[in-house]
Amino acid sequence: MKSNEKISLLSAALLAALWLVAGQAFAVLPDEVLNDPVLEARARHLSQDLRCLVCQNQSIDDSAAPLARDLRIIVRERLTKGDSDEQVVSFLVARYGNYVLLKPPFQADTMLLWFGPAAFLLIAAGVSTFYFRTRRTPDGTANTPLTEVERLQLAKLVKDI
Amino acid sequence: MSRTTALVPVGLFLAIAAALGLGLSHNPRVLPSTLADKPVPVFTLPPLVEGMAGLKTDDLSSGGVVLLNIFASWCGGCRYEHPMLMRIASDKRVTLVGINWKDNPSRGATWINDYGNPYKLIGEDSSGRTGIDLGVTGVPETFIIDHGGRVRYRHAGPLTPEVWNADIEPVIVQIEERSRRTP
Repeated sequence: MKSNEKISLLSAALLAALWLVAGQAFAVLPDEVLNDPVLEARARHLSQDLRCLVCQNQSIDDSAAPLARDLRIIVRERLTKGDSDEQVVSFLVARYGNYVLLKPPFQADTMLLWFGPAAFLLIAAGVSTFYFRTRRTPDGTANTPLTEVERLQLAKLVKDI
Repeated sequence: MSRTTALVPVGLFLAIAAALGLGLSHNPRVLPSTLADKPVPVFTLPPLVEGMAGLKTDDLSSGGVVLLNIFASWCGGCRYEHPMLMRIASDKRVTLVGINWKDNPSRGATWINDYGNPYKLIGEDSSGRTGIDLGVTGVPETFIIDHGGRVRYRHAGPLTPEVWNADIEPVIVQIEERSRRTP
């Protein structure tokens, strides 16, 4: 590998590494961090699945919005008071609705959301398989394999491309 | 392939496009209040302005339709909707009360003194905790609370005359009619 190529490859690798690390950014401030590392870990984990209602595509763990900070503090307070993970989450859902969850709950009215994409994929796969299997050329010679002569002609053409 | 089977994917596409289009027409910033038709959570807030009482849950079910307005001195939209609030203050059908949210209380009090007080009662929620219990995500927000202390509607954003005519007043009229029919 020439040195130019080496430099390009190294830069690309460095950029990729930085990009992956940048995804780890979080907005938790030092004064929010709990003393108990187990509780703090639970708080971080829960926060990553709770939506910031102001910056709506970020979790409260990522968002720098004041409301996100309030919610982070509330999560930590409830955990310190002894709430389970489910209790902390339902505390917030009671006030802000299911929209505060970044992952929609798995219940009757969200089944379409959860299974929809896979179902569509299966339908599309099924329809296209059926379509391609039953396709016919006008004189009905589709799906017959190439003869030896035709195969040699094809090989020759492909080599010339 | 017959013409009709060729149209099936087109039909499917149009159906999905229509469903998604309907979804896209929803404004994600308008979060439906989880409190809709539920009683207001219990809270007690200290007064903002000297000489006035604070605000507590019981004040919201004291008889008529109550408009609970969340405001702050640092909020531009609140300044914008303030003239409309002063007009609503003289509307006999509703009682307008306020919560000063996540604000420095002395700055909130100064704001009220400078621009005028449209509220019958004001509670001071500098920590924002009561706001969180109410599901508040920003200011200004206005809740319509009926005679039984239940939240009937929540509007996020400034209360303009257009919003009043299109969204708020119809709900108030509806609440009043229902209460007339079932005394």
